[in-house]
Amino acid sequence: MSRVAYRIPSITASISFLLIAASAGVAQTIHGLPREGRGGDTKVNTRVGRPAAGKQEYTRYCAGCHGDHGDGAGENAQWIDPRPRDFTQAVFKCRSTLSGSLPTDQDLINTVRRGIVNSNMPQWRPLPDQMQADLVAYIKTFSPRWNNEKAGTPVVIPPETPVTTESILAGRAMFQKFECWKCHGTAGRGDGPSASSLTDSKDQPIHPYDFTTGTRFKCGTTNADLYRIFMTGLDGTPMASFADNIKGDQGWDLVHYLRTLQPLRTPESILWKSWLATHASELKPIGPESGGR
Amino acid sequence: MHMKIAASVAMCALATMALVPSTHHSAGGTVAGKVTYTGTAPKMKQIDMAKEPSCAKQHATPVMNESVVAGEGNTLGDVVVYISAGGAPSAVPSTPVTFEQKGCQYLPHVLPMQAGQQLEIKNDDQTSHNIHPMSQVNPEWNKSQPPGAPPIQTTYAKPEFIPVKCNVHPWMHGYFAVLNTSHSTVSGSDGTYSLSGLPPGKYTVTAWQERFGTQSQEVTIAGSETAKLDFSLKATEY
Repeated sequence: MSRVAYRIPSITASISFLLIAASAGVAQTIHGLPREGRGGDTKVNTRVGRPAAGKQEYTRYCAGCHGDHGDGAGENAQWIDPRPRDFTQAVFKCRSTLSGSLPTDQDLINTVRRGIVNSNMPQWRPLPDQMQADLVAYIKTFSPRWNNEKAGTPVVIPPETPVTTESILAGRAMFQKFECWKCHGTAGRGDGPSASSLTDSKDQPIHPYDFTTGTRFKCGTTNADLYRIFMTGLDGTPMASFADNIKGDQGWDLVHYLRTLQPLRTPESILWKSWLATHASELKPIGPESGGR
Repeated sequence: MHMKIAASVAMCALATMALVPSTHHSAGGTVAGKVTYTGTAPKMKQIDMAKEPSCAKQHATPVMNESVVAGEGNTLGDVVVYISAGGAPSAVPSTPVTFEQKGCQYLPHVLPMQAGQQLEIKNDDQTSHNIHPMSQVNPEWNKSQPPGAPPIQTTYAKPEFIPVKCNVHPWMHGYFAVLNTSHSTVSGSDGTYSLSGLPPGKYTVTAWQERFGTQSQEVTIAGSETAKLDFSLKATEY
């Protein structure tokens, strides 16, 4: 018997191992699952979501908090705050669509990937695209609204305007006028006069975002995300939509001001700090003293 | 000769009655009565509006929580009384109903409307409010309405009793009573109500109070009489 003959099985084994390892990133083809879905109109890149497959994955990854019936009453739910999302109501915080309307598939996928900061919802970004699509397709089966209703109209986000002192000052005037300080506090610390009485739509106490922590927003990190947040409102929470009253470029003024409340090194905060050094005394304080309403 | 004239006049009258649309509720019978409660009604607390001086100063007398409007003789105000069954489906009224925010209170406290009817929400205060109807059957939304903003125009497609709140002013509570009918009313502070314009037929009349629940009774209207129908709800402590 030649030495080569003895080596063949191990060579075959190594090659097989390499092939399997290489295709692990496309795991579903190994397990015989079809790439294109049966039903399900949820798409993540090219992957179409399959609700039936999503159910398996949901039971593994999601049901512990969100519950087998998708009602936010999983066995972990009682120990965590904020509570897990109740999918049966089809009410979602993070949307690109107007208040009261369904989110787009991309909104749901973004939330699954990004997680929800300052909560127990982790980032599920490492899951393969197909699995993310399956999960979102399955989540949509918990509410009958998805049968009849289409996703809402996305908020139009115009190109961002330049960061200038004028923009920040205009934003500051909006913070005063639209009374954001009543919940978010005069310095954005989340300690406004109404903050302590806030409850979400499930009657759970909830606090407004504290800009002075500089943490990521629940629904994103960028200026565009911030713009979207106050335009769509965070459904299910006290955060209302301001889309009726803030139009177009005005929204960017508010974004620029809000950034100055955060202890982050942003173009806005740098500009604002230098302006304040010489002009701070010109500012009227935010809050009820400003003769506002 | 007189008989002929009388007969033709009667026929004209009948023909005119048939032409009157049901939404005007002009012809037909009436159901009227009083809503009372048994047991002890909970005491209502005074609302402290100190956090919103622009509203506090609008009230000369203390403002009480409006969850239970109890009156002398155990009467109940702000009870929605409506036709829950019977009769032909009523057409959705073309006139909108209005919900006002004034003095950091909702006026009216309970607003009945028909599913599909236009709803107008106004802010008459010097402060911003956010309108947050906490619907579960209809889509839930939440909008800010600063002073001077135009009325919010919206409509609800499905029947539901929807609690409404303002997150900024936590004492503000109201209800949208979205119903399947335009035959609805709210009892006055003396507990009395009246539903008119009901064509002859058998009806189920339901009274709804936000804490004490509902009570339904049947009534038959023969013509243009007023049927007396009183409701007695059992008071609960909370």
